[in-house]
Formats: sequence, C-alpha cells, structure tokens
Amino acid sequence: MSAHETDAYAGTSRLYLWVWGWLLALTAIEVYLAYIHLALTLMLTLLLGLSVVKAALIIAYFMHLRFERLSLFLTLWPITILCIALILLFFFPDSARLRELRPY
Amino acid sequence: MADGHTEAVLEGRWSGGVAPYATGSKKLGMWLFIISDSLTFSALLLAYSYLRLATPNWPTPFPFNPAVVYATIMTFFLLSSSLTMVMAVANAHQGNHRKTVYWLLATMAGGIGFVVLHMREWFHLFHEGVYPWTNPYGVPLFGGTFFGLTGMHMLHVTIGVLYLGIIAFGFGKKKFSSEDVEVSGLYWHFVDLVWMFIFPLVYLMSVRF
Repeated sequence: MSAHETDAYAGTSRLYLWVWGWLLALTAIEVYLAYIHLALTLMLTLLLGLSVVKAALIIAYFMHLRFERLSLFLTLWPITILCIALILLFFFPDSARLRELRPY
Repeated sequence: MADGHTEAVLEGRWSGGVAPYATGSKKLGMWLFIISDSLTFSALLLAYSYLRLATPNWPTPFPFNPAVVYATIMTFFLLSSSLTMVMAVANAHQGNHRKTVYWLLATMAGGIGFVVLHMREWFHLFHEGVYPWTNPYGVPLFGGTFFGLTGMHMLHVTIGVLYLGIIAFGFGKKKFSSEDVEVSGLYWHFVDLVWMFIFPLVYLMSVRF
C-alpha cells in the first residue's frame, strides 16, 4: 500500500465471510474430535494443530497481517513461535514422565 | 491507515527506513503489546497443559449440556464479533462514521454476550462447589488453572468491550482516526485468537462422556 491508496483497505467482505465460515467449521471439527475417544496425547496434538490453523487464519486475514509488509510479520512472529516451541520442547516430555512416576 | 499525520512519515518508505514497517506507531505499538500478551497467555496455557498431562486423575467435569454447548456458542459469539470488527475497520477506512459506530456496537454486543454466558458458566460451577482453591474432584489445581485462564481471558474481553466503547464514542464524534479503530480491532481479534486455544484445551480436553 502506498500512501496515496491507503484508504482502500485490502480484502473484501466476501473474503472475510469465507474466513469466518472456515473458523466455524474448524470449531465444529474440534467439538467432534472431543467426543470420539482418542488417546490424550493424540487429542492434545490434533486440537493444538487445529487451533494453530485457526490462529493463523485470524492473524493473516482478520488482523490483516497478510496485507502488511512482510518485514512486520518477520519481526513479530517467528521469534515468538520459536520461544513458545522451546518451552513446549522442554515441558512436555517432562509432564509425560511425571505421569509415569505418579503412584496412581 | 494514513490519516494525514502518519502520511508524512510514510512518504519516506524508500528513503532511509523512516517507517520500515509502513505502519503508524500506534499500530506497531499494539502489535508489540500483542506479542507480549501472547507470551503471557502461552505461559498460562502451557502451565495448565503440563499439569493436565501429568495428572492421571485430572477431572473431566464438563457435560455436553450446558458447558460445551455454552462454550461453543461463546466461540460463535467471539468469531462473529471479529467479523463485525473487520466490517467496522473497513467502514472506518472508507470514512463511514455512522456505519463504523454501528459495527463497533455489534462487536461490543458479541463481547457482552460472551461475558454473560461465561459468568453463567462460572456460577454454575460455583454451585457445584468448584472454586479457584477447592473442588469436589480431589484435584485443587483444576480450579486454579481453570479460573486463572478463563478469568484472565474474560478480563481481556471486558477491557476490550470498554476499549471499543471509547473508540466508538470518539470515532462517532470524529475525534479518533480510522487508524485508532484499526488498532482497537487488532486487540479485539487477539482476544478472539486466545479463546481459540482456551476453548479446545480447557473445555474439549475435559468433557464428561
């Protein structure tokens, strides 16, 4: 967007309706997944995966980041995702280990 | 985006990195806040997920009706309020002040609906003896993580409704720019985004079959 075309906000109502529809559909799939008996870790992985897709849709379209400069995205998200992934990597093997240690 | 005052800054986009992101400073500031807030929520969600996986007798107290039905309707409210927020921002950029205020009011209604349903859900749990410090299931941490996470999120939604109210009032009076509406939209979508993680991790991982 150059300074002279700034009032044309990118994206059409049709596009946003599509994104909204997809977000609702993914939510329905998540509710369905909760009611078929799945192993805890598998369910957590599937639900987290779907949530990441939904978050990406919201960030890209609703929060308009897809239509911003790439440099804004590159500054904000890769390092944040790396931080969260590092915590995940250190935490989860340990929580599974604790589960085995508990005398239940 | 550019309402005169940011336009001067943006003109330098090729001339030495005056505005490397081609956004106003308010928008960049809100994005930085969102990054820091997303780490706050990540910490809460990860702490909860850690305990959830590590505790074999973690309670699964949410029946389909009302808890999961309520939470699904709340998800619908938030997602739809994000859609109305996008419409508000688009109208703000086109300079339709009246329409923008209507869409902002619709967004606030979605947020209020969310909070009302969530409070009903909370009181339902209080009624069953589930409090942040104790519950009948024998895993006190359940209440701590549940009320901590959902309470933090509900606080964000409540602040968001007030924020949008101020923006709607100011934009209606032509005191705020379309950039201000867009920045409040970023905050609102982020609150929606966080719920996309809380809903499956807190509710769907603990349904009662």
